[in-house]
Amino acid sequence: MARLLILGAGIAGHTAALHARRKLGEDHEVVVVSPNSRWNWIPSNIWVGVGVMTPEQVTFPLAPVYEKTGVIFRQAKAVSLHPEGGEGVARPYVMVESTEPGKAGVRERVEYDYLINATGPRLHFDATDGLGPEKNSLSVCTAGHAAQAAAGLDEAVARMQRGERQTLLIGTGHGTCTCQGAAFEYLFNVEFELRRRGVRDKARLVWISNEHELGDFGMGGMFIRRGGYITHSRVFTESLYTERGVEWITQAAVKKVDRGEIHYETLDGRQESIASDFTMLLPPFSGVGLKAFDREGSEITESVFAPSNFMYVDADYTKKPYEEWRPTDWPETYRSPRYDNIYAVGIAFAPPHPISRPMFSPSGTPIYPTPPRTGMPSGVMAREVAFNIVDKMEGREGKTRTASMAKMGAACIASAGASLMRGTAVSMTVYPIIPDFQKYPDTGRDIHYTSGEIGLAGHWIKHLLHFAFMYKAKARPLWTAIPE
Amino acid sequence: MSTVRKPFEQSYYPPVPTPMTKALRTNWVWQFLRFLVINVRMLRMVRMH
Repeated sequence: MARLLILGAGIAGHTAALHARRKLGEDHEVVVVSPNSRWNWIPSNIWVGVGVMTPEQVTFPLAPVYEKTGVIFRQAKAVSLHPEGGEGVARPYVMVESTEPGKAGVRERVEYDYLINATGPRLHFDATDGLGPEKNSLSVCTAGHAAQAAAGLDEAVARMQRGERQTLLIGTGHGTCTCQGAAFEYLFNVEFELRRRGVRDKARLVWISNEHELGDFGMGGMFIRRGGYITHSRVFTESLYTERGVEWITQAAVKKVDRGEIHYETLDGRQESIASDFTMLLPPFSGVGLKAFDREGSEITESVFAPSNFMYVDADYTKKPYEEWRPTDWPETYRSPRYDNIYAVGIAFAPPHPISRPMFSPSGTPIYPTPPRTGMPSGVMAREVAFNIVDKMEGREGKTRTASMAKMGAACIASAGASLMRGTAVSMTVYPIIPDFQKYPDTGRDIHYTSGEIGLAGHWIKHLLHFAFMYKAKARPLWTAIPE
Repeated sequence: MSTVRKPFEQSYYPPVPTPMTKALRTNWVWQFLRFLVINVRMLRMVRMH
């Protein structure tokens, strides 16, 4: 009997657990450790944030699903990683600390034969002074945060209904944030909601982000065919902002969030401030901060995790200038270079470098997006890694599956307003996710497979995907027919 | 919401959709066709993995 331990039950961890469990014989164990008791379809959090969905509609309890599928579930957070065992234990193990009511703080050693690190990010609000729902800004990163944002939006709308003008600032709260797409969705859902509630004329909507240009989305933007031209997503995105009357501030690193005033530095070195009555700024991400120890108990964190606390995998981490970046720098198997039974997927793996070109202000402040690795690619890499591990656990000598983001396409639906008959969403496909300027010198991507358009159809698809992925994550009949 | 575009300000330069383009975005018949097209595009991405 062998045991697969999965840290995290988000999109990547949960996908890996369900696929591994259905493929493995009953003589093997799949154990999931997650501090959260509920699964969250994060892409729908933006709808919670404007009050059109509740947290209960975008989450469900994990325990019954794992009980049904035969996955062992520990509601706990991983504290330390011991890949060589230690303290009299020969097998590798992870020290976990319970977060279950009534058992909170109780530590337990969970041994493993194979480990998938799918912990997702630590929401690093502390990186910017005053940032976060416990301080002076709102967030939509979790269903709870989004519900808080919805309450804040209700208050702002009430003030507008009393005739007050309001400034709503939405975007990224640090120079190195990722997930601009989520903030973009929230911005346009707020704009749509303000129109629906009849107060749009009282609102000044401002976007602030660390992108070099609108439409970068952390992947250097993309080129699409539009109106007889091959056009950069910047044009497409600026058009939408103009049409919806949204101002934008790009090339900005938010440095401090006061109540009602946000201070930021721009790429050309200016120190600016903007007053805001409603502020939703996403935090930067880092790894969760797991410490690693060898058999003797000496700390080896630096050889297992990058300084960002994300885990090293089979990528090329050699420091090199942007011009020398290659698609082959990106990982294929997500296996730790030091321990061949440890893998990291989703946000938890350390990317070799950003996708967007790094930029620094004259004072050295980094102002560029870090690479997104959520959603579809996250699910695909989790599934492939799970299948590779299953082969190893069952002693099969098969071809190793790969899931490089440099050879993978992605589809993304970004909501721009939630309504069955009047809503819209931007539907995008990109191939490959990591641009390949050797193969596609002008655009970095295959123009035949890279597309973008806005319309009601996108909203229908986003709405259907909400129900499809909730269904799939609950492992209901034929769940495997729904792709990652 | 339409904006008043002022010369030399940021919203002066980007292209804006014509009334026809905007109407098609929420036209059910047209969008049903786009729904099919977008799904085909997305399935092509899925099949690449």
